[in-house]
Amino acid sequence: MMTNNPFAVLAESVPSIFIQAFVIIMVSLVIIGTLVDIIHKKNVKYFFDNAKKAKLSATRELGTGERISVIAKTVVHDIATTAELGAGKRRVAHVLGMYGTILFWIASVVMIFCYTAGDTNTPTVWPMLWHIGAITTCIGGYWFWLFLRVDVLAEAYPWYRIIKADLFVLALLACATFGLAWSFTQSLNLENRWDDRVFLTLYIVSNLVLFGGVYWSKFAHMFYKPGAAIQKNLAEADGSRDNLPPLADAPKQFGLGIKREQPKHY
Amino acid sequence: MSTFVYMTRCDGCGHCVDICPSDIMHIDENIRRAVNIEPNFCWECYSCVKACPNHAIDVRGYADFAPMGHSVRVRREEEKGTISWKIKFRNGTTKDFVSPITTKPWGKFIPKLADGDKPNQDEINSQRLYTEPEGLNINGELPAVPKDSFKKGVYY
Repeated sequence: MMTNNPFAVLAESVPSIFIQAFVIIMVSLVIIGTLVDIIHKKNVKYFFDNAKKAKLSATRELGTGERISVIAKTVVHDIATTAELGAGKRRVAHVLGMYGTILFWIASVVMIFCYTAGDTNTPTVWPMLWHIGAITTCIGGYWFWLFLRVDVLAEAYPWYRIIKADLFVLALLACATFGLAWSFTQSLNLENRWDDRVFLTLYIVSNLVLFGGVYWSKFAHMFYKPGAAIQKNLAEADGSRDNLPPLADAPKQFGLGIKREQPKHY
Repeated sequence: MSTFVYMTRCDGCGHCVDICPSDIMHIDENIRRAVNIEPNFCWECYSCVKACPNHAIDVRGYADFAPMGHSVRVRREEEKGTISWKIKFRNGTTKDFVSPITTKPWGKFIPKLADGDKPNQDEINSQRLYTEPEGLNINGELPAVPKDSFKKGVYY
């Protein structure tokens, strides 16, 4: 199962151009959904207006080198390891989900566009990455959705309460889960049976919901959050700090105050 | 004025939900970010503003010490045990303050009422509050103001 390219098997019965067209349509849906979201919420306009306002209260001018250094540090620390979530389970679950999804999507695109023609053999590494990505997404995603979600942890709602904000994470989990189930049933070589086609249909539907629902879901947060992290660190470096006070030059007698606990005292 | 949340900074961690004494900071069902569900009931206690690890919550300060167009922001550093304030007035003047955190850890100084003795009817009818007078470090009786010493014409 882990070394099989499920798209190559699919391409034996469906022309690969259809599979490739599906990917292009999904990418287009993401772009359109994000643009409509930006136009509707006016969040990008607010973001740049706010950044311009913050620049007025800057205490020092940042050089190009400094700006590049701050942005590079933000990419490595804040974005690549989702540092804003602090040290803890939420961050681990998010990192698992994030890298799992990236692997899953990249491997999907490579396998669909490079290895679905009849006479090509898929190198083992791509199906392996596809399956590992899907499994990692499931581990991080289900851990988050069942136990770490703020609704469950801080608001004390049961795990089965579904709200609109779950659209993104549930659609992503459905994609990874049905993708794995489809690959598994395909590897069983079930001739003329319906099992793998059911999971293939569910996989297609969950992809349509995930990529077609960008406007209604939290999908676009993966584009906004890195920008916000860069702005936050640039504001910290140029002294404007979004009007926040500077880090305290604390007298020693203040000592250790209290240690932050998980927000679960409902 | 009530609290409000900067959506670019909030990551929906739930610390404000946990700390809000009015139970009005909640998680939005559409975007899973913090939101003040009842701004009229916010008493601007700054608990959520201080608890937010991402400095995502802000509140317009009281007009008597910082008139409109101002900013009052706070940074809480637990490892140092400090809480810093920055007040920016509309004419550009800024004031910075640093204070120690005096918050006690969860449960440390909260009495376990369920384990205590059940009060009898006399204690329930008494004007004394729980742990009085011992809790006030007073030996003996609480100081009392005799009713005949009240001013005439003033109703209490």
